[in-house]
Amino acid sequence: MGARLDSAAAGTANYIDERTSIGGFVKFFARKLFPDHWSFMLGEIALYSFVVLLLSGVFLTAFFVPSMTIVEYDGPLATMQGVEMSEAFASTLHMSFEVPGGLLMRQIHHWAALLFTAAIVTHMARVFFTGAFRKPRELNWLVGFTLMILSLAAGFSGYSLPDDVLSGNGLRIIEGVTRSIPIVGEYISYWIFGGEFPGEILIPRLFTMHILLVPGLILVLIALHLFLVFLHKHTQYPGGGRTHKNVVGLPLFPVYTAKAGGFFFVVFGIVALVAAIFTINPVWNYGPYDPSPVSAGTQPDWYILFVDGALRLMPGWLFDVIPMEWEIWGYTLSWNLLVPALILPGLFFGFLALYPWIEAWATGDRGEKHVLDRPRNAPVRTGIGVALITFYVVLVMEGSNDIIANLFHLSLNDLTYFFRIGIFVLPALAFWITRRICFGLQRKDRELVLHGKETGRIVRHEHGEYVEVHEPLTDEERWVLIQHDDIAPLEIEPEFNDRGVRRKGYRWDRFKQWLSRIYFEKRISPVTAEELAEAQHEHGHH
Amino acid sequence: MNALARHRYHRAAPVVLVLLLLGLIAGIAAAVSTASSAEATTATADDVTEGQKLFAANCASCHGLDAQGTDGVAPSLVGVGAAAVDFQVGTGRMPMQASGPQAIAKRPQFSAEEISQLAAYVASLGAGPAVPTAEQVDPELGDAANGMELFRTNCAMCHGSVGGGGALTQGKYAPNLWETTPTHIYEAMLVGPQSMPVFNDANIDPEGKRDIIAFLKAQDEGSPGGLRLGAIGPVAEGMWGWLVALGLIIASTVWIGARSS
Repeated sequence: MGARLDSAAAGTANYIDERTSIGGFVKFFARKLFPDHWSFMLGEIALYSFVVLLLSGVFLTAFFVPSMTIVEYDGPLATMQGVEMSEAFASTLHMSFEVPGGLLMRQIHHWAALLFTAAIVTHMARVFFTGAFRKPRELNWLVGFTLMILSLAAGFSGYSLPDDVLSGNGLRIIEGVTRSIPIVGEYISYWIFGGEFPGEILIPRLFTMHILLVPGLILVLIALHLFLVFLHKHTQYPGGGRTHKNVVGLPLFPVYTAKAGGFFFVVFGIVALVAAIFTINPVWNYGPYDPSPVSAGTQPDWYILFVDGALRLMPGWLFDVIPMEWEIWGYTLSWNLLVPALILPGLFFGFLALYPWIEAWATGDRGEKHVLDRPRNAPVRTGIGVALITFYVVLVMEGSNDIIANLFHLSLNDLTYFFRIGIFVLPALAFWITRRICFGLQRKDRELVLHGKETGRIVRHEHGEYVEVHEPLTDEERWVLIQHDDIAPLEIEPEFNDRGVRRKGYRWDRFKQWLSRIYFEKRISPVTAEELAEAQHEHGHH
Repeated sequence: MNALARHRYHRAAPVVLVLLLLGLIAGIAAAVSTASSAEATTATADDVTEGQKLFAANCASCHGLDAQGTDGVAPSLVGVGAAAVDFQVGTGRMPMQASGPQAIAKRPQFSAEEISQLAAYVASLGAGPAVPTAEQVDPELGDAANGMELFRTNCAMCHGSVGGGGALTQGKYAPNLWETTPTHIYEAMLVGPQSMPVFNDANIDPEGKRDIIAFLKAQDEGSPGGLRLGAIGPVAEGMWGWLVALGLIIASTVWIGARSS
């Protein structure tokens, strides 16, 4: 039996190979090496939740009717009996309560969407903090960034499809924000909604966007993203034998095909488990869309919550004297929408997208990097990352201010005042604290290299002195702690040459030096070979 | 070690002791909480007299001996009606536990009989809404779908889409409505306690009020989708998505990646 199976498999493989010459590719891919680390699987979570989204999404499209035609509900749900609603909402109720397994599929789809965006953000944070975006991977960072933005578009368009009160309120905010764009805002809003909000064509348009346009783009960019990972080869954490010129890891086949294949089922399983236990987006609670009611706890899904938070944070009047809504020649300029909902996210995302170039330019480091940084060895970058996260979290908390106020018995107003100050103070504080912690960890690393590990064994010498025995590190352990570059801040030519003539471009150079100093002025250098030799010599004397 | 001491130091001994203690606490709590449930009937002159005595002893320090109220401390109760008393005292909001942004519901301090006596006294001071009859608040007789539409137009902006509760300004809040009895829900609409507006019978007619009660009682069945995470919307869902879904999956990546090269 086994022999026959083998020969059948070999025969099939041979048949295909003779007609496609695919054997060479398979061999090439099967032998491709990948370094091993749990944090390299974060992107995979995003990929697999996307696959789950595609699978469950196909099921949902079989029952969803993207139409805003008004129908009267007649179905098993007592609280909706005879209520007028759009076909989109009615079909969502139908698939939830009458299609076998429909509600589970809807919940799997929605939980997978939350997981998809969360995994992308986590993966992005891993790439940021380990410096994996550095040359030659800047373009792939940009592809990943675009995927992140597309995931927000996919999420928001899907969230709006059931045409319930909650998502309708979200769309109303989008309409308001669109209209705040000077001069063209109103035209864009009319173009999106086909006239006045909410109109009658929005759901079909969102449907096309949600099931065709955005997922299509995501698929193409995922292919590009993975192709670039193949092309650049995967980065690796520092360790013995790992350099910027090699890859130390395990082959794709059989190790990673097994791990990754199995991991897909782990992700799918956990999503299905969570979907089976926890309700998500209970549209039957919110009811069909009607522009008049807005219920307490009206928030977007978590990934858009920061925009909601920024809107809640923005005062209508600055210091109670400067209005944030101007009227110029009969036109209204709404800074109170423009700043929090467009300018702020624009700056935030712009900085994030361009960060690889900003850092390369500020540090002047142009080499190819295939070994990752340990976050502590790049204190300024790590500080910036934590500051960005803090900024984002403050906005998310402000977006949830009513929930926080209610749960913790706080004053909603005080929370908003706190976050208005916190949005400026907390990120700066986070940057400073993180940088200090990084320096502390680097000093600890130096200590470890120079004096070895504490063993907890106390020895008393003959003359009465007590010492703790320190165990030297192994070569592998030591290498991790001393391998990183020690970059000094940029040195620039003096302002005047030896004949006292002022140099052209000096101010620019000084600016670059200032930037470089931000990164490298204060630094803890890794232990050098001489320092190590000296320390070992000293220890010999004990 | 003798046999008794061995038993005393048995490994299971602490667990058994803790379980016994928990059982004792639960038993006492059950005995205490069942003691406070009785029913009220129509008011008599005796009730008014008894109610006045209770009022003088428990309420007059803030509301005044004649129930005319004290400026900046407590409102006048003339004309608030029996429904207001039944709601405020019956949900334990009055007598107020502590001054704060708003009175907090707690275990009622008075028996049902005492509450009806207090209500009879306050109702005797001036005409006001009466305690609704059992038929007026029977969720079985209400139309939950109409209740849904009324609720989301009139109530959901503060109490949340299905009555999970929500925040108001300056530390005030609209409470969760799932534990509230139908009578108290009806009375709250009728009298508008604290920050809540009054929904008189011209705003929402008595049938409408009963429909709302039917809608709220429909929430007792829970969510068809599983645990509802407080039914407070996407913030809770997002938090659980990060903590549970992503948390479990990251834990499994660590497990899968444990044998690192």
